[in-house]
Amino acid sequence: MSVQYAKQYETVIGLEVHVELATKTKIFCGCSTEFGGAPNTHTCPVCTGMPGTLPVLNKQVVEYAMAVGLATNCEITRLCKFDRKNYFYPDNPQNYQISQLYLPICRNGHVEIETADGKKSVGIHEIHMEEDAGKLLHDEWEDCSLVDYNRSGVPLIEIVSEPDMRSAEEVIAYLEKLRMTIQYLGASDCKLNEGSMRADVNLSVREVGAERFGTRTEMKNLNSFRAITHAIEHERERQIELLEAGQQVIQETRRWDDHKEYSYAMRSKEDAQDYRYFPDPDLVPVYISDAWIAAIRDGLPEFREEKMARYKEVFDIPEYDIGIITDTKHMADLFEETVAICNQPKKVSNWLMGETLRLLKEKGMDAQEIRFSPQNLAKLIALVDGKEINSSVAKEVFEVMFEKDVNPKQYVEEHGLGTVNDETALRTTIEEVLAANPQSVEDYRGGKERALGFLVGQTMKAMKGKADPGMVNRVLKELL
Amino acid sequence: MANIISDETIEYVGILAKLALSDEEKAQAKKDMGRMLDYIDKLGELDTTGIEPMSHVFPVQNVFRKDVVTNGDGSRDTLENAPEQKDNMFIVPITI
Repeated sequence: MSVQYAKQYETVIGLEVHVELATKTKIFCGCSTEFGGAPNTHTCPVCTGMPGTLPVLNKQVVEYAMAVGLATNCEITRLCKFDRKNYFYPDNPQNYQISQLYLPICRNGHVEIETADGKKSVGIHEIHMEEDAGKLLHDEWEDCSLVDYNRSGVPLIEIVSEPDMRSAEEVIAYLEKLRMTIQYLGASDCKLNEGSMRADVNLSVREVGAERFGTRTEMKNLNSFRAITHAIEHERERQIELLEAGQQVIQETRRWDDHKEYSYAMRSKEDAQDYRYFPDPDLVPVYISDAWIAAIRDGLPEFREEKMARYKEVFDIPEYDIGIITDTKHMADLFEETVAICNQPKKVSNWLMGETLRLLKEKGMDAQEIRFSPQNLAKLIALVDGKEINSSVAKEVFEVMFEKDVNPKQYVEEHGLGTVNDETALRTTIEEVLAANPQSVEDYRGGKERALGFLVGQTMKAMKGKADPGMVNRVLKELL
Repeated sequence: MANIISDETIEYVGILAKLALSDEEKAQAKKDMGRMLDYIDKLGELDTTGIEPMSHVFPVQNVFRKDVVTNGDGSRDTLENAPEQKDNMFIVPITI
């Protein structure tokens, strides 16, 4: 769909990305951050804003924020502190959110993205630490809302980009890049659909060549890359149509409705001063030394680009496989740890690219949810290599291993799935099969090669799939 | 009093603070806020060149907790403060 407008327009997009950090506890108290607890079970006087309580900062939050900042080329603010952002809403029991306005922990970073148009750098204005709010459920029957404060105080970082993006494609590339980086750091699982990564899109349009930015709107409630793409396209058109009609864009927050595929105004956007920010007197400043930064920098993992280059050099596997294996750190770790045990990169890759991906897709799971251990995958490969099981039995065992991380060797023994290498037993079986299928025997002897396939199948069936196909072929030909 | 707070400002501040002020209270609040701003102006007369802004009153920094769960199920105490509750949650007027 391409609409013709009187003038040429450019879309200017900046993102505010909230990421829930993977800490065990909340940012200012020792309550669990585990997802899915019964309502209000993970609460205490601190995270429900009781008067007289004292928040104490979780050190891991600072370290995750620093790691994300360093991985995105930010400067770390040596002396950073927390401020209170005041607003009234039932999901916020303190009537303020503890955040960072004046001295955010990271500033002036950038990440490289790549789209069909080539490479580009997207600036990161700042990254700050803050606390999440509780969750509101709307009870339509009773005409009331219900509040669960389990999420209140869960640590977040907010990554604020510069208005450097010009298309939905660039936005997605930027988000993919952030997600990949943060997942590799283990700082968050970054799931858009579960809300552990949330993106607000600030968008304005201006005539091509104009120096000043147009008036921007902020869009919320974007829970998938697809929703983000659609919301950007719709908002761009909405703003251009307003301008073409001689009207003005109003600075406001809009909520995207993914089912109806349109956005509506939620509220006019407050100015920062409306939040009456002031330094939080309960929290002391955080001083970050050179030594601390160096320690975090030393702990940064090998990121995807470096990993891909190394795999290409060290392991003899196709580039396509490398791309998929390094797509998540969990899969890459599994690959490397298994190869470290069995030293067979191609075979490990085949199990991951074939059966693993198939089962993940079939069960609607993420690679991060893979449960089987590198030890067990290596054992399975050894069983096949040693001809102790044939490939169809291996697939069967793999499926159980994928489900329950069983020890394949033990499983094969317990279920009697080992290949029968007893040639005498095999001969007896084959003789029986030949006796039962005189027509096929005759066909084969008369030159019909296909009859052999049928006889192999019958033998395997009689052996309950546990024969070594190579041996079956050999003995069959011999007896024929 | 050098600073005069306008009717619009006091109205807007009332909205932000969720306060419904009577006309007398508004007049009083305007006067008080004007005086506060006068005082800030007075502080502004001081020469603060080269003085670092203070971020905290105590000379203490880096007070941290370890990332270890120390709290158990706190729902009973938390919900004791709920005027109304349902399914272990606080009931509040409908909000979107």
